[in-house]
Amino acid sequence: MIALWIILGIVVVLIFFIIGAYNSLVGFRNQVKNAWAQIDVQLKRRYDLIPNLVETVKGYAKHERETFEMVTKARNLAQQASSTAGAAERGKLEGELGMALGRLLAVAEAYPELKANQNFLALQEELTSTENKISFSRQYYNDSVLKFNNKIQMFPSNVIAGMFSFKLGEFFEVIVAAEKEAPKVSFT
Amino acid sequence: MWEQIRSNQVRSVFLIALIAGLLLAVGYFLGLYFFDSAVGGLVIALIVWAIMSLVAYFQGDSILLGMAKAKKITPDDAPRLYNVVEEMKIASGLEKVPDVYIIDDPALNAFATGRDPSRASVAITSGLLQKLTRDELQGVIGHEIAHIKNRDVLLMAITAVMLGTIVILSWYASRFLLFGAMTGSGRRSSSRSGGGGAQAIVLIVGLVLMILAPIMAQLIYYAISRKREYLADASSALYTRYPEGLASALEKIGGSKQQLKSANQATAPMYIINPLHKEGMKAADLTSTHPPISERVRILRAMTGGASFANYNDAYRKVHSGKQVIIPKTAAAGIGAIGIRQASLAAPGELGLASEKASDKAASTHEVSDLMLRLNKYRTVDCECGARWKIPPGFKDNDVLCTRCGRRIRL
Repeated sequence: MIALWIILGIVVVLIFFIIGAYNSLVGFRNQVKNAWAQIDVQLKRRYDLIPNLVETVKGYAKHERETFEMVTKARNLAQQASSTAGAAERGKLEGELGMALGRLLAVAEAYPELKANQNFLALQEELTSTENKISFSRQYYNDSVLKFNNKIQMFPSNVIAGMFSFKLGEFFEVIVAAEKEAPKVSFT
Repeated sequence: MWEQIRSNQVRSVFLIALIAGLLLAVGYFLGLYFFDSAVGGLVIALIVWAIMSLVAYFQGDSILLGMAKAKKITPDDAPRLYNVVEEMKIASGLEKVPDVYIIDDPALNAFATGRDPSRASVAITSGLLQKLTRDELQGVIGHEIAHIKNRDVLLMAITAVMLGTIVILSWYASRFLLFGAMTGSGRRSSSRSGGGGAQAIVLIVGLVLMILAPIMAQLIYYAISRKREYLADASSALYTRYPEGLASALEKIGGSKQQLKSANQATAPMYIINPLHKEGMKAADLTSTHPPISERVRILRAMTGGASFANYNDAYRKVHSGKQVIIPKTAAAGIGAIGIRQASLAAPGELGLASEKASDKAASTHEVSDLMLRLNKYRTVDCECGARWKIPPGFKDNDVLCTRCGRRIRL
């Protein structure tokens, strides 16, 4: 009789453990999803800002056609990939777009009238802030993914994760080389 | 949610329990003196406390912002400030962008308020907005958002209310006691004439408590406040990945001698630095709401390995040559290595609000003063000669004289 009660007790504890572990896994997964949505919002904002910025710069710097084309192309590629590609592929394209944008802003440096344009300054502030928001939301997303993945791989929650086939989250890395190097443009 | 909040809360809850104990003790003796029963005093203490709590819960933030004479701004008023707040909201994972307020005061300070993360506000003085670069502003806003995220705001409000209740109760009680003793007609003496020695002891213990309780409660309040400052600094470094930003902002703030006009003893712990600090005062003592700025700066600067809580702990230990740990180990170990990012690459002046160049300094001063005039409902009119005039809200005439070119401008 006592043995029966003990077994029953163990079963109840096990059930509670499974429920708890499952719920916390779902919580972490939702946090990852939510963090990803945050990145998406900022990336879309950047796509929207770019045509405006290009137009404004064009008005002052007509001879920089190459740069404009590069930015526009990188933007269109990144935007197309945004609905289909995974985090790794998008990270690469967004990195290229960031680099092209850096080039564009460096070009603007050479045109004093452009730098005095209120519209350009406002756009530049918006773009800078959007870049920051992208990197902060990426930071938060990667932290969330790390916590989620730890939970999936560590004992004992890994057993539950295996039972309900939770998949590891994918980190979002923008190519670092492009990020760190300041764009170099020569004005000759 | 970061795990350190919970384990830090254990310590904070203990300190709050101490204050609550003080409050109950004050109520107990109050009852003994005036109603001959401890229960009556306890009930009064609880009623006063409950009323003050309700007011603080529902109106606390507006009272605080009102007292600081803070003005709410929209994204259009100060796009950069608003953007920085949004950036820190994203980095901290807060669910809603807090309201942003500006205090028109040359003193350098900032604070956060609000009962929960979804109904929070940050306020910054116009002086600080003018002096900081973008990286520094990020550090300061990160610190304030950390107060919101870590629920320090609510914690400090709870503690402040209990402190206030104790102060009020013991102030009135001690006045009544003194008055009663002088006229010799206190209720206590009439109902229990010729009480024994035990009663005298109770009387003395009670009187001492009435005098000491407010002071003790205040010291506990300050102790809680100091703990939370370190945590908010560490969180800010983690959010921005750039401890140097907050460090140099703190240095600028610490170098200023101006006191904030609209701050007082009770609201002091809400600010990023103690707004009542006096020049040359050594602040590492019991009566300080904040750890000394120089120490906070040194810890942040010692964070060379990375921007995580573990790095902050290491830096803290380096500065204090090894004993204490500010953030519990379990929390610090939670996330792996976190690198420190570079300073913003962009040229000074175009990204930050202020920079070291004189022309940019003038521009940022101009920008902030324009913002303050707009918030104070000044109108602007442009003269044909290119001058721009700012008209105060109370101006009644239909036109103004342009002192530069002598034209009359119609309003």
